[in-house]
Amino acid sequence: MLRIEDLHASIEGKEILKGVNLTVHPGEVHAIMGPNGSGKSTLSAVLTGNPAYTVTGGRVTFNGKDLLALSPEDRAHEGLFLSFQYPVEIPGVSMVNFMRAAINEKRKYHGMEPLSASDFLKLMRERRAIVELDNKLASRSVNEGFSGGEKKRNEIFQMAMLEPRLSILDETDSGLDIDALRVVANGVNRLKSDNNATIVITHYQRLLDYIKPDFVHVLYKGRIVMSAGPELALELEEKGYDWIKEQVDNQH
Amino acid sequence: MSNALTQYLELYRAQRATILGHSPAALNALRPAALQSLEATPLPRKGQEDYEAFDLEAVLAPDYGVNINRLEFAGHDVDHGCTVPNLSTRLYTIVGDTFHASRPAHADDEVLVTSLAQAPEQLLAEHYGSVATLQRPIVALNTLLAQDGLLVHAPAGKVTHRPLQVVNIFNAAAPVMAVRRTLIVAEPGSHVQVLVCDHTQHAEQDYLSVQVVEIIAMEGATVEYYDMEESTPRTHRLSSLHVRQHEGSNVLVNGITLLNGTTRNEYHISVDGPNASTTLLGMAIASGEQHVDTLSHIAHNAPRCKSDEMFKYVLDDHAVGAFAGKILVRENCPRVEAYQGNRNLCASSTARMHTKPQLEIYTDDVKCSHGTTIGQLDEEALFYMRSRGIGRELARTMLMQAFMSDIIDGVRLEVLRDRLRHLVEKRFAGDLATCAGCNLKKK
Repeated sequence: MLRIEDLHASIEGKEILKGVNLTVHPGEVHAIMGPNGSGKSTLSAVLTGNPAYTVTGGRVTFNGKDLLALSPEDRAHEGLFLSFQYPVEIPGVSMVNFMRAAINEKRKYHGMEPLSASDFLKLMRERRAIVELDNKLASRSVNEGFSGGEKKRNEIFQMAMLEPRLSILDETDSGLDIDALRVVANGVNRLKSDNNATIVITHYQRLLDYIKPDFVHVLYKGRIVMSAGPELALELEEKGYDWIKEQVDNQH
Repeated sequence: MSNALTQYLELYRAQRATILGHSPAALNALRPAALQSLEATPLPRKGQEDYEAFDLEAVLAPDYGVNINRLEFAGHDVDHGCTVPNLSTRLYTIVGDTFHASRPAHADDEVLVTSLAQAPEQLLAEHYGSVATLQRPIVALNTLLAQDGLLVHAPAGKVTHRPLQVVNIFNAAAPVMAVRRTLIVAEPGSHVQVLVCDHTQHAEQDYLSVQVVEIIAMEGATVEYYDMEESTPRTHRLSSLHVRQHEGSNVLVNGITLLNGTTRNEYHISVDGPNASTTLLGMAIASGEQHVDTLSHIAHNAPRCKSDEMFKYVLDDHAVGAFAGKILVRENCPRVEAYQGNRNLCASSTARMHTKPQLEIYTDDVKCSHGTTIGQLDEEALFYMRSRGIGRELARTMLMQAFMSDIIDGVRLEVLRDRLRHLVEKRFAGDLATCAGCNLKKK
C-alpha cells in the first residue's frame, strides 16, 4: 500500500529526513517511535504534502501512484489521512461546511455526485457517535474553542467521515486524559479493517496499549534505525532511547 | 479651481432656473450655500488628509451628463422582480436619480415612502440638509445639483412591517452622473429597516453616482440601513451618509461592496443624545483594478452611548482599499463605549490596503479601543483544509468567506443574512456576473 524508499526531506535548508525506508501493507498497524527531534512529525508532514517541507531525495508510492507528485488534496482523495498533532482552528468555517466540502471534493475526484443534504447529515450523525463527539461541537467552527481532547476526537471524527486507506496518527495521545485516550483509541480500532492501515506516531507505550501495533519502528536522526514487533515498544518504555542512540552513534 | 469641478459649477449657473423649477423649495434653499462652499474650497487632492489614496478630482473629471431636464430613462425593464428571494420587501426603484413610484406611498404600516421631489414641504423644511454638512465636497456637489431622491418618514411609534428595498440603477445609454439624495426621518419610537442596492445595467458605460443619505433617528427610534453595491468596473460612486442620533436611539449601518469600480463611502455619525447605540459595519470585496475607499467619523456628543465599528476588506489582484476611521468623544461624555476595528486580507502581493484608525477622546471615564490588521490567508489553515481533500481554490474561498462572517452575521434581517452569505460565496467563487439579489441582468 505504502512504500517509502530512501526518503530525504528538509525544512529551511536543514535536512531532517536522511533516508527513510518503510513499507506498509493493508491491514497493518505500524508504530513509529523515537526521541524528540528525530523527524517523526516531519515524516507525516512530508507524506501529506505540507508545502513547508522540501523533498530532496527518494520516492514514495501509495497504491501504485507516485505520492510525492500529488497535491495535498489529491493525496487525501487517494485515501491518505493525517490526524494532526496540533489541529488548526478555523474561525468562521463551520464543521458542517468543512466536512461537506471535504466529502464532496473527494466524491468529485472519484467521479461521483455530491452527497445529498440528508445523506450527509445522516453520515455526520453516525460517525459522530464513533468518537462520542457532541452535536454542539459539530455545529461550531472547526476546532475553535475546542479543548485539547475535543480537538483530537474531532480528528478521529474526520477520519471516520473520510474513510481513508492509510491513516497517520501524529501524537494523537498528546494532551489526552485517560478517558479521552480510550474514546479516541476505540474510535481508531472500530475503523480498522483488512483494507486499511494505520501509522501511529507516538512517544509513549500508553497509546499502544489501546491500539495494538504489528510493527514498531524507531526513528532517530532522520532514519529508521530499528524495527521489530510490539515487544520493542515495551522495551523502549522500560529502557528509554539511550541504548539505541548509543548503538547508532557508535556505528558512525 | 480645478476643471473637474468647474464643469458642474458652470452647468449649475447655466441651468439654474431649470433646476430650481423642478425642485422643492427646501432643496433650492441650500443651493447658494453649496455653491459658495464649492467656490471657496478647492477639491481635496490625493494624498491630503482623509484622501490619502483617493483622487476625487480624477473621479469628477470626465464629462458626465446630468439629468437637468428630468428626462425619463427607459425604466420598463427595471421595475420588476427585483427581490431578495423570500425577503418580502416594499420595493422602490430609482433610475439614474429619478424616483419611480410603482407602490403606494403609504403602506398599511403608515410609513411614508416617496419621491423627495414630492415630499411634504414641512418635513423637508425641517430636516433636509440638517445633518449633512456642506463642508464635505461630496455633500456640497450633491446639494448643488440634487433634484430628486427618496424620502422615508416613520411617524412616532410606527414600524415597517416589511423592510423597504430601494434599487438604485444606472441604465442610461450615455455616461451619466446621478445625483441621488435620501432623507430618512424616524420619529420617536419608530423602527425602520431599509435595504439599498446599487446596480448598473450596462457594463461598458461609464457612470458616476454622487449620493448623500441623511438619517435622523429620534428618541428611542431604531434604524437599520443596509447599503449594498453590486455594480461594474466602470461605475464610480461617491457616497456620503450622515446620521444624527437622539436619546436612546439605535442605528445600524452596514455598507457592503460586492462589485464596483471606484467607490468612496463616507459615514458621518453624530450621536447627540445619551444612551444611544450605534453599529457601523462594512465589508468590501475587491479584485481586478477596483478601488474601495472608506471614511468614517463617529462623534460621541453625549454620555453613556455605545458604538461598535468594524470594517473588513478582502483585496485581490491589483485592488486598492483605504480605511480612515475616527472616533471622537467630546468633553463631558462619561461612560461612552466606542470600539473600532479594521481587518484586511490581501490575497495577492499586488493588492494594496491603506488604513488609518484614530481616536480622539476628551472625557476620562470612557472605554474606547481601535485595532487594525492587514494580513494574508492563514497558510496553516489552508494546508489543514487541503489535507482533508478540499482543493486549494475552494479552501481559499472558504477562508475568505469565513473572514467576512461577522459582518454578515451583523445583518439583523435573517433572510437578507442568508442571501448575503450566498452572494459573498458567489463573489469569492468568481461567478457573481449577474445580479443574484434580483433578476436584473447585467448586459
